[in-house]
Amino acid sequence: MLVLAIGVVSIGAGWVSGTTRLVALSVMLVSVVVLVWTAFMGGLETRRALAPYGLLKPGILWLSLFFLAPLWSMFQMSLSSKQSRFDFFPDFTWEWSNYSTALTDFAPQFTRSFVYAAVATVLTLLIGYPLAYVIAFRGGKYRTILLGLVAVPFFTSYLIRTLAWQNLLADSGPVVSLLNTLRLDAPLEWLNIMDNGRLMNTPAAVIGGLTYNFLPFMILPLYVSLEKIDVRLVDAAMDLYTTASGAFRRVVLPLSLPGVFAGSLLVFIPAAGDFVNAQFLGSPSTTMVGNSIQNQFLRELNYPLASAMSFVLMAVITCSVLVYAKFMGTDDLV
Amino acid sequence: MTSAQSSRQKLGRKFINASAVLGLLYLFAPIVVIVLFSFNKPKGKYNIVWQGFTLDNWANPFSKPEFTDALIVSLQVAAVSTVCATLLGTLIAIALSRYRFKGSGAVNLFLVLPMTSPEIVLGSSLATLFLARGVERGFMTVVIAHIMFQVSFVAVTLRARIRGFDWALEQAAMDLGASPRRAFWKVTFPLILPGIIAASLLSFALSIDDFIITFFNAGSLVTFPLQVFGASRVAIPPQLNVLASMLLFGSIAIMVAGLIFESRRQRAASGSSRH
Repeated sequence: MLVLAIGVVSIGAGWVSGTTRLVALSVMLVSVVVLVWTAFMGGLETRRALAPYGLLKPGILWLSLFFLAPLWSMFQMSLSSKQSRFDFFPDFTWEWSNYSTALTDFAPQFTRSFVYAAVATVLTLLIGYPLAYVIAFRGGKYRTILLGLVAVPFFTSYLIRTLAWQNLLADSGPVVSLLNTLRLDAPLEWLNIMDNGRLMNTPAAVIGGLTYNFLPFMILPLYVSLEKIDVRLVDAAMDLYTTASGAFRRVVLPLSLPGVFAGSLLVFIPAAGDFVNAQFLGSPSTTMVGNSIQNQFLRELNYPLASAMSFVLMAVITCSVLVYAKFMGTDDLV
Repeated sequence: MTSAQSSRQKLGRKFINASAVLGLLYLFAPIVVIVLFSFNKPKGKYNIVWQGFTLDNWANPFSKPEFTDALIVSLQVAAVSTVCATLLGTLIAIALSRYRFKGSGAVNLFLVLPMTSPEIVLGSSLATLFLARGVERGFMTVVIAHIMFQVSFVAVTLRARIRGFDWALEQAAMDLGASPRRAFWKVTFPLILPGIIAASLLSFALSIDDFIITFFNAGSLVTFPLQVFGASRVAIPPQLNVLASMLLFGSIAIMVAGLIFESRRQRAASGSSRH
């Protein structure tokens, strides 16, 4: 009983601290004292039962204070109102109009974020699946090296990687001139991927950047789930007279779905909230909701509106993850 | 099986292999550009178009003090936050993998939540908290923010690494007369240490590279990614590519050394078990 109470209090502390930090601190102090006291008074049995909570406490408290409590204070902020343009500490007034402003004024940014992130997720899947498949099934003894190669982009700064795409996609850069020599510029222009012979500052460039930056997040979980598959299952399917593509469709693909699921989340979530790619590779007509939040928060200092937008972003992502989990039939993974 | 079928299969195999190679090339294209353009001799403020080969940038990589200083700030932040996060995260991972207790499912979910929230939400909400509490943003707030996302990361990756650990070993040590503390430090800790080191190295890298969360909580502090972002609107010197290449080769060296160390250790372990 006592153990449970301490656990609940330590996790719940974050909710209190949003309003009063003192309460959280005293709760922390009291629970530590109680824990130490019971550990000293009780026998070996109680000590063993209490050990996991003692180990968890510091980390969980940290997360409660700096992950949960901020969400609460951001929720309050999203319902506050600024009395004037220079009011830096808005008052809590149940101002729901922040949400309607966020949704009406920034509808294009929200739409773009989710469309770009969804397209990028599909692209990472299309590029990442064959790569993960080849490493898992045909990598042989080079598996570790190939996996290391996939991780190499992580060793350079995220921003510098994205800046490098400016070099690649520049008007006189390698990608544009390659497309021109292959005479692919006209069809791409027709598909609205290129714009007056340019790739930079187009939606395609932003989506390309997102795809690139989050590709390893797709490959690694895909590899983990593909690697677990017993090759004999494929052999068995072939012995039962299915074709190679049939074996893939009925055996390999269904068994790799957990990897597809995890990879999609790891790509979609950061991509939807990203603003670096839109900033470096896009134009004012390709801004995503991250750009707007950043702008409202750090430049306009309109914290209530920025908070409302963050909350909408999080709500939409949470809902789409739940729907996706239902659709994939992998509820137990979440 | 008909020959048409098998030739189609071969074609399919080749197609998949080819797309895997293309995927790897795609992953490496910007890396090549970063290293290549560290040898560029740019004419204007930006290092975007290839002008000519030079070794000048590599001769004095630290000639842009604003970037070097920012890199040092990043290393300081990462050092402090990684030590704290590794400690907190390791305790959580041990608690989760060693004990069965009420509420472990909730703890698991709670750990994954920060990793599945968009960074911009984590960053802006934490900044809102600091704002509401009247905390001035700077070095400490950035460290707090980094520990926050590193703790979940260390806990989750380390828990995955020590999933198969045999906790009976510790019991065996205690049966042989070791105190619980001695059993932990002499038996358990050395065995899970490689996992702890790997998790902390990765979280160190996450901290150095973090931009979005830091951006909201830095105040006037300038970390390396913030400096790069600020400079991207004004001027990007080729020295930036030199620093990035150095970081790249340094990390690759650490990774290769780690792999060699690990395989040697395994060989040594299998060798000694044969005796």
